[in-house]
Amino acid sequence: MKEEQDYLKDIAEIRSMMERSSKFLSLSGWAGILAGTYALVGAWIAHSLLKFRPDEFFYSYSNLINVLLTAAGVLGLALVSALLDSRRKANKREESAWNATSRRLLVSMAVPLFAGGILIFILISNGLIGLAAPLTLLFYGLALYNAGHFTIKEVRVMGFVQMLLGLLNAFFVGYGLLFWAIGFGVVHVLYGIYMHFRYER
Amino acid sequence: MKVSFDDLHKAFESRVRLGIMSALAVNDTLDFTALKEFLDVTDGNLATHIKKLEKEGFIEVEKSFIDNKPNTKYSMTKEGKKAFDDHLKVLETIINARK
Repeated sequence: MKEEQDYLKDIAEIRSMMERSSKFLSLSGWAGILAGTYALVGAWIAHSLLKFRPDEFFYSYSNLINVLLTAAGVLGLALVSALLDSRRKANKREESAWNATSRRLLVSMAVPLFAGGILIFILISNGLIGLAAPLTLLFYGLALYNAGHFTIKEVRVMGFVQMLLGLLNAFFVGYGLLFWAIGFGVVHVLYGIYMHFRYER
Repeated sequence: MKVSFDDLHKAFESRVRLGIMSALAVNDTLDFTALKEFLDVTDGNLATHIKKLEKEGFIEVEKSFIDNKPNTKYSMTKEGKKAFDDHLKVLETIINARK
């Protein structure tokens, strides 16, 4: 015969299994803070050093390759940080970061990001460089909104914020990279700080 | 409602089986590998528990091939869902009664 404690343990186990098997929880606030910082540095490099200041959808700019390299660098660093951080946090929880939930999370993000990425590439090669920043925000927002099904609900809220910033950015193209820096930089940092205080202390 | 420990289904005595049912309660389907990762048990151990739940009619198995490799997907049956919900209710009652 089981004791009362055993039943309490059963319930705790049921709860933890339901959460673990449906939500990916191994992403810490630090990944957000780091990603935001890379984005702010990247936006600064593009704006101040490369003088990349799109003000219309059709924007002619000769040094595009350097801007794209900067963007790729920001993306690469952010991804590496997120992966390493997830692995560290998963190890601490004695789980594997690579499981059915994280695979679903990645697929749900990858679909809108691939579609958006290809569209943005086509637009850029046709001179619509001013649309790159608003559309990266918009598609990233969609990806986050999708991913919110498989992780904490705050990610969906962040998705909405990114979509809104993307649309505003498309409306006020004259502000160039400002909205992009707010979305990928400031929002990520704020989200990271929030996560850190809400879930990690 | 009067409940006793006899109302707790024998199939859920094992924590592994309880874990399988919990995971399937919140996922439409899960394959063998996914269950193994979540539960952290050996292949043989998991297979035994799955067979028991299958025999009770609580879970369904769907076998298919992906790239010529066998892929087995598990899902909860209606009876399984009912038995699991009932089990949770009994657990709740037992704990509330002892407060």
